[in-house]
Amino acid sequence: MAKRIDVEDLNAWYGSFHAVADVSMTIEPKQVTALIGPSGCGKSTFLRALNRMHEVVRGARVSGQVLLDGQDIYGEGVDAVAVRRSIGMVFQRPNPFPTMSVRDNVAAGLKLNGVRKKSELDDVVERSLTMAGLWDEVSHRLDRPGGGLSGGQQQRLCIARALAVEPEVLLMDEPCSSLDPISTLRIEDLIGELKDRYTIVIVTHNMQEAARVSETTAFFNIAGAGEPGRLIEMGPTTKIFTKPDDTRTEDYITGRFG
Amino acid sequence: MTVAAPASERLASRSTREVRRGDRIFRGLSVGSGLAILAIIVAIAVFLVWKALPAFHTSGLRFFTQTAWFPDARPARFGVAALAFGTVLSSVVALVLVVPVAIGAALTLTELAPRRLGVFGGYVVDVLAVVPSVVYGLWGVYYLVPKLIPMQRWLDHNAGFVPLFQSRNDTFGRSVFAASAVLAIMVLPIIAAISREVFRQVPQANREAALALGATRWETIRMAVLPPSRSGVVGAVMLGFGRALGETIAVALVLAASFNVNFHVFEPGGNTIAANIATKFGESGVTGREALIASGLVLFVITLGVNMAARGVVYRSTRIAEGKV
Ligand SMILES: Nc1ncnc2c1ncn2[C@@H]1O[C@H](COP(=O)(O)OP(=O)(O)O)[C@@H](O)[C@H]1O
Ligand SMILES: [Mg+2]
Repeated sequence: MAKRIDVEDLNAWYGSFHAVADVSMTIEPKQVTALIGPSGCGKSTFLRALNRMHEVVRGARVSGQVLLDGQDIYGEGVDAVAVRRSIGMVFQRPNPFPTMSVRDNVAAGLKLNGVRKKSELDDVVERSLTMAGLWDEVSHRLDRPGGGLSGGQQQRLCIARALAVEPEVLLMDEPCSSLDPISTLRIEDLIGELKDRYTIVIVTHNMQEAARVSETTAFFNIAGAGEPGRLIEMGPTTKIFTKPDDTRTEDYITGRFG
Repeated sequence: MTVAAPASERLASRSTREVRRGDRIFRGLSVGSGLAILAIIVAIAVFLVWKALPAFHTSGLRFFTQTAWFPDARPARFGVAALAFGTVLSSVVALVLVVPVAIGAALTLTELAPRRLGVFGGYVVDVLAVVPSVVYGLWGVYYLVPKLIPMQRWLDHNAGFVPLFQSRNDTFGRSVFAASAVLAIMVLPIIAAISREVFRQVPQANREAALALGATRWETIRMAVLPPSRSGVVGAVMLGFGRALGETIAVALVLAASFNVNFHVFEPGGNTIAANIATKFGESGVTGREALIASGLVLFVITLGVNMAARGVVYRSTRIAEGKV
């Protein structure tokens, strides 16, 4: 189920603005890979290039290859919609469908895949919510709108929604940045449980978080305003945080900029 | 430090003098205009009731059942039944025709068209709103009415077993359907423009949630755009409905006025309260005018009812959206 991602020479643009340049990396399955770096260095852009969400922004484009177990998701004849169905994504701001019930939120992806049988949907809803650690809190209010939950609950609902379709990869863009510490802890625990089954890529600007949840860390940086973001260094998280090879990584880790 | 006053002092002086006075003026203005609007509505209602009372007195309850309109005959025979029926029927048919088109246009402009085209298309729709109704009426009667005849005849011959499509005397032309078609075009810009704004208010994050699940464009619209827009679109449709109910001159020009109650919308004839007031007012005697004002009161009540129903729907669905129900 979990797949390896090989990124080769990836570049991303917004119109004429070059946001990410020449990134190549390998993301191992059944591991958590953290993307860190100062804000504006292209972490989100890079992440969104991994499931072809980048191109939904008007004027945005990508060059290079993203191989999912060897198959290029940007290859000829590959349907972006199909790619997104097999790669789950969780956004920085929780974005459940606000008027849809909790149940329908979780089932939304399955319904897109044509699953209609109520018993099957109910099973998946319960399983996904349990996995996301939300079942106990919402099992009595599955028919209430998703927009009525608290921020932390909404984010776990979004995780459940992404998990319901059993994706091969889970991409998370600063999933805890808008949450309180307790919700953050719950989601970090959840990531720890999920990594046995999924390939997880998480963007975070919180270095403690990267250290807590990830096996591998990739550090991105920009040379200056208007420059594209680049991958500076990637390696085991403990190494990146204790003795990085690149001085720019070290400066960032230790809080020295410039 | 020595030059500027301490921050706390500056804040205090601002809030006590300028800001509070601004607040008071603003509050006065908004409360004042709210009360003025209320007063105007009450004044209109009182005027209508006052002037309509003699007509009600003359005709009694038959005012609501009678279809004929001979208020100045002796004895006077008049009632609002055919007019009220025609008013609601022509507006409902207009909505049936226009709602899919207006919502489709709004979705195309916001969700599908490239940005520049969307903005341009929006202007085009808005321009429809500034065409005067009398122009729509003239265009309707001289251009649209003849153009619609073949389609109506075809439907009558092939689907005439449905009363709605049947013309019992095999004539077509200045029918309720034609009036509805003109009304549809007239309310298109209102419904399309408001729906467009409503769709535009949907956060991009909603759309991205659907797209990231692997939704196609249409599925994204269905999942992420339409549900949170429901109350706004209902409001837009109701505004269009209110506009169609009250439209006067275009309908008066298009319809071949007659006083009957039936669903054969292709048959020439039919009438509405507003059109009847416009065409009859000049030639009416004292009782005739009272009767017309009484019919105006009925239109006022219908429109008010539609508006309140719309508020109800909007209120309910926003409460559902906020998770309070
Ligand atoms: N939708 C967009 N349109 C244009 N430029 C964008 C858009 N999103 C991000 N950018 C730009 O791309 C660069 C990288 O942004 P992003 O990937 O969001 O960085 P990060 O997630 O690391 O903070 C920034 O300079 C940002 O301003
Ligand atoms: Mg970001």
